[in-house]
Amino acid sequence: MSVALDLAIAWAFIIAFAVFMYVVMDGFDLGIGILLPALADGEERDQALNSVAPVWDGNETWLVLGGGGLFAAFPLAYAIVMPATYPLVIAMLLGLIFRGTGFEFRWRDARHRKFWDFAIFAGSLTAALAQGVILGALIQGVKVANRAYAGGWLDWLSPYSLLTGAGTAVGYILLGACWLALKTEGRAEDHGYRFARLAAFAVAALMAAVSLATPFLFPAYFARWFSVPLIWFVAPVPILTGLAFLNLLRALAKRKAARAFLSALGLFALGMAGLGVSIFPHIVPPSVTIWDAAAPERSQAFMLVGAAVIVPLILGYTGWSYWVFRGKVGTEGYH
Amino acid sequence: MVDPTALLLARAQFAFTVSFHFVFPSFTIGLASYLAVLEGLWLLKREDKYLDLYRYWLRIFAVVFAMGVVSGVVMSYQFGTNWAVFSDKAGGVIGPLMAYEVLTAFFLEAGFLGVMLFGMNKVGKGLHFAATCLVATGTAISAFWILAANSWMQTPAGYEIGPQGQFLPGPSWLDIIFNPSFPYRFVHTVIAAYLTTALAVGGVGAWHLLKRRDTPQARTMFSMAMWMAALVAPIQILAGDQHGLNTLEHQPTKIMAMEGHFQSHPKGAPLILFGWPDQDAQTVRYAVELPKASSLILKHDPDAPLAGLDSVAREDQPPVAIVFWSFRIMVGLGFAIFALGLWSLVARLRKRLFDWRALHWLALALGPAGFVAVIAGWVTTEVGRQPWTVYGLLRTAESASPLATPAVATSLAAFAVVYFAVFGIGLWYVLRLMADPPHPQERDLTAQEGRAPIRTAGIVPGPAQGAQRGTAQ
Repeated sequence: MSVALDLAIAWAFIIAFAVFMYVVMDGFDLGIGILLPALADGEERDQALNSVAPVWDGNETWLVLGGGGLFAAFPLAYAIVMPATYPLVIAMLLGLIFRGTGFEFRWRDARHRKFWDFAIFAGSLTAALAQGVILGALIQGVKVANRAYAGGWLDWLSPYSLLTGAGTAVGYILLGACWLALKTEGRAEDHGYRFARLAAFAVAALMAAVSLATPFLFPAYFARWFSVPLIWFVAPVPILTGLAFLNLLRALAKRKAARAFLSALGLFALGMAGLGVSIFPHIVPPSVTIWDAAAPERSQAFMLVGAAVIVPLILGYTGWSYWVFRGKVGTEGYH
Repeated sequence: MVDPTALLLARAQFAFTVSFHFVFPSFTIGLASYLAVLEGLWLLKREDKYLDLYRYWLRIFAVVFAMGVVSGVVMSYQFGTNWAVFSDKAGGVIGPLMAYEVLTAFFLEAGFLGVMLFGMNKVGKGLHFAATCLVATGTAISAFWILAANSWMQTPAGYEIGPQGQFLPGPSWLDIIFNPSFPYRFVHTVIAAYLTTALAVGGVGAWHLLKRRDTPQARTMFSMAMWMAALVAPIQILAGDQHGLNTLEHQPTKIMAMEGHFQSHPKGAPLILFGWPDQDAQTVRYAVELPKASSLILKHDPDAPLAGLDSVAREDQPPVAIVFWSFRIMVGLGFAIFALGLWSLVARLRKRLFDWRALHWLALALGPAGFVAVIAGWVTTEVGRQPWTVYGLLRTAESASPLATPAVATSLAAFAVVYFAVFGIGLWYVLRLMADPPHPQERDLTAQEGRAPIRTAGIVPGPAQGAQRGTAQ
């Protein structure tokens, strides 16, 4: 039993890691997609898209690992969450179709490039909002009966889930703007810094709003944050978040794009940690824990062996690929 | 129990999204290997035509691969959105196979794709060739895992049943992965992908030869494709025959539907060539048949008895007409491809490979044949598995998500509109790329878009380049 218990926790962290990696990597792709209409047609947009062209595909793979990993390690959670957020998942998938094909098609067809740029924008925005709303829908609780989703098909819609949707989309914009500042030159770079500053304040406001709303969703969440002695363990999360925000503003003011990007990632990591603190050990709040949803021990053990060996390899060659395409993209780009 | 309309819509949605998706990997699996061969030949022989062909097909690969990725992401969520009960019950067995697919294949493909597409000037030739080979390997590994999962649903093995009726893995994962139909299905499917690619490449080569663009590039691609058709089509027919015998052993009902055998034949079953299966009447109307030939093919004995669907309860029968006809389409195309390969050998012997226009017309006509055959084969095996998701153990009707009918109807409509529009346009772009002949000194993907002058787009200098741009980091 204790082995099974450890495996479930290990897999919860692996899935959380995959989701975080997805947010880290596809977050800036989607952010750039959302920012696209704000960039001038021509050199500015080409630079922005060239900065993600060689990597978007690998970035999206983390989403497949998040979904596939959930299916494999916590099949019950997968079987409940997907029907519960059905319209959102479908919207996200369709958005990603437009985003991904738009990247390729815009280069194949100069006459319709504006249309495909719009498709990238709309697809990115749809996917980002859908992901954020799914997150909120999960945290606000899902109705479950007899190992299945028991609610209606619009239960996910609430002020709270809309708030997390907006927070995620604006957070992606922040990441995209920092990436733009990091990878491009000239006007695109200047735009990157400007959008990043605006997005930073919006992110701070939305994170504060989500943080204030979350403890009031369930008494258990409230107790997690505001009862002694737990408060001493969880207090660092908001404090570090504040520091990361200040660091972000300083980095933007000094035009240090890499530091700004890392600070923005720090904000995301802390935000996820905060939500994780609230819901743990539930994987589908308020009733299904990670142990309820865990796949059989043999399944989790079989995959853990593979993940332990392969994930570091993946990180290695993904890092190498980023290294190959390091530096500013230049205006002609490599598409 | 799920509403029957919602169930039917969910099935339609899965069939639609998976059939659309399957077209892309069946091309990229073959094309990635073809690209690896082309780059290898270029490095080995130093003939520029191979590099030209590499760059020509790489551009097409990029577009097809992107469509494969985005339609594949959809598949990884379809199990949960529409088949939640199946996911809950079979997730412990199927899930890890798919997780391994992501870990060992998708990341490999995606991680090295960027370098393969845009990195020729950044990493040096050897490393770039390695990236191409890794992408090709990734596509093949992906086929391994997904077909292991699919085969397990066809011929489940190595499982135990848990307290909630879930499938739990038994002591050996090898029993699960190498379930009885897996080796056959894997070989048959991967060869199909190679053959599909060869026919597409051959069709494009034939088109340019027909248009009197008789260049070394067009000749080379046509010749390579015809070698594949000539050598691999007969192997594929043998592999298909073996796969069929395996199916007869493990899923006899599927074979009954493929053959249109409603009645049992105790003394030699006929091979029904054509006819109209009428499942309500449990007979094949207007049947054209060869006496005892089916027993000869399946049992290697004209008088061997073969059971028919009259030995199977009506509610356990798959939809016969679909399986019967999709099987005939696949086999018919298989033999047409075989004939093309034979003809190309004759043309080669008579030194007429590059000027026999009738041969080129046939190669052009069969250009899309691989895709049609792949989908027809897929329909045969998947519809033939019905009415089960896990053959003989879990019914399709008991696998679906508890979704409201309007939700499924809306999503199906949205998928249909988006897929036809987006992938239709993608197909148009691919055809346009194919209609343009491969040129000598085919340009690199890094410098093709016409907005800027052609130049090597080094940002940070690759090993062979000087510092053209400041490394403004």
